[in-house]
Amino acid sequence: MDIVTRLREGPVLVADGAMGTMLQDLDIPPGTPGEVLVMQQPEAILSVHRTYVEAGAGLILSCSFGGTRTRLAHAGLGDQVAEVNRRAVALAREAAAGHAYVAGDIGPMGELLAPLGARTYDEAIDIFAEQASALAEAGVDVLYVETMASLDEARAAVEGARQAAPDLPLTVTLSFDTKGRTNMGVRPEQAAQALLDLGVTAIGANCGNTLEMTEAAVRKMHDVAPQALLIIKPNAGLPQMVEDEIVYDATPADMAALARRLVDEVGVRIVGGCCGSTPAHIAAIAQAVS
Amino acid sequence: MTDEQKHSLSLAVIEGNAVQAREVAEQLLAGGMAPLAIVDDVLSPAMDEVGLRYDTGDFFIPDLVMAGEAMKAAMEVVGPALKAREQVRTTPGTVVIGTVAGDIHEIGKSLVATMLEAAGFVVYDLGTDVTVETFVAKVHETGANVVGLSALLTTTMRNQETVIEALVEAGLRDSVKVIIGGAPTSPAWGERIGADAYAENARQAVEVVRDLLGAS
Repeated sequence: MDIVTRLREGPVLVADGAMGTMLQDLDIPPGTPGEVLVMQQPEAILSVHRTYVEAGAGLILSCSFGGTRTRLAHAGLGDQVAEVNRRAVALAREAAAGHAYVAGDIGPMGELLAPLGARTYDEAIDIFAEQASALAEAGVDVLYVETMASLDEARAAVEGARQAAPDLPLTVTLSFDTKGRTNMGVRPEQAAQALLDLGVTAIGANCGNTLEMTEAAVRKMHDVAPQALLIIKPNAGLPQMVEDEIVYDATPADMAALARRLVDEVGVRIVGGCCGSTPAHIAAIAQAVS
Repeated sequence: MTDEQKHSLSLAVIEGNAVQAREVAEQLLAGGMAPLAIVDDVLSPAMDEVGLRYDTGDFFIPDLVMAGEAMKAAMEVVGPALKAREQVRTTPGTVVIGTVAGDIHEIGKSLVATMLEAAGFVVYDLGTDVTVETFVAKVHETGANVVGLSALLTTTMRNQETVIEALVEAGLRDSVKVIIGGAPTSPAWGERIGADAYAENARQAVEVVRDLLGAS
């Protein structure tokens, strides 16, 4: 079944959880981007993907959040956009092994758009199109734009994705972490309307601040667009120090309860986890919504 | 006329209108207003107002960035006038700021730098992915009173602690206050790693740094 039919008619789709915070135990310099590991330690990425498939995830995001040329440039990989994204998709596909859909993950390009920054809107479209094209060629089921804060950047990502792969399903989620809005001041209602006008397949919220704030954002999207296919993929709460470990304070049970509630009450179609979530969180979610 | 212009300059900064900010600043100077008074009586209070509006949820990052640009545009004409008159803005302190090693997140750190500058601090912004050695060397070189450490990843926030340890080793820890910030950090994290303070946002950072230095 293609992913759009599944989202419209099938059971709730459980997405995977965090990648970055699952890699912290590796012996790598702090802050090493996942895309570098895709190139240098692919088995580590593959292993995380697999644990999510085993936990019950039916949607795996490729490790390409920072796969735009602007972000890859920080790791000296700016000229290898096609190769990094291709390998990231191959790892996700291998782990999915026919049991999960593969989403081509696209994160923010890490720069402010004009007039706030130097990057023009047209350049941004081009940057996103380049990544989307690589992901599409590698064979993803859906292009998955996430953690957006600026509506203009989200629009540029949508335009770029459409240019590169007009027929692929496309989803967009934003991070609502500042007084109920994104840090750029975008309200959930505003994002929902703007993105649905662009004809994206599904919209929603990911990352964020507290579980409550992300839940509230998705509910507001539902209020203004009850027909929209919705996604929630929140952080596992906020990071806390326990002993010498940094752990996120939302338990698997907390996230499972949130998932159940949003599926029942606003018909959310994709539920997963962002920063700090683990296979245990995803397993609990999968059980709660099955 | 001057009161009206002062109000107009203040509005230009708050609304992030760089063109108007520069123009009105020029008019005020031409009309004989002391450059120092333009800074102290108009620009700084306007940026305080911007910070307050951020706190109350009326302003977000774009508003802070645009206000910062307007402030800078005004300072491009007021700064040289200050110099020409040999007026020196008494600074409450010197701040070295940067995002720690391994972390390329820039926006929040830059906003803190802008707000601190607007509040009169001398700010050395080292950028992102700043090594421990660079932080220590800059604190040493500038005799900074405060060092600001930003981290946006749970993996890189540990480098805030590394910088503090290096400041201790370099014998500089007693002469410099350390302030931390960034999404995954918290007051508890700050306490744990021996920072002097945590600030949640750019507006709070100014307040916290003023408090640390006993300035008001």
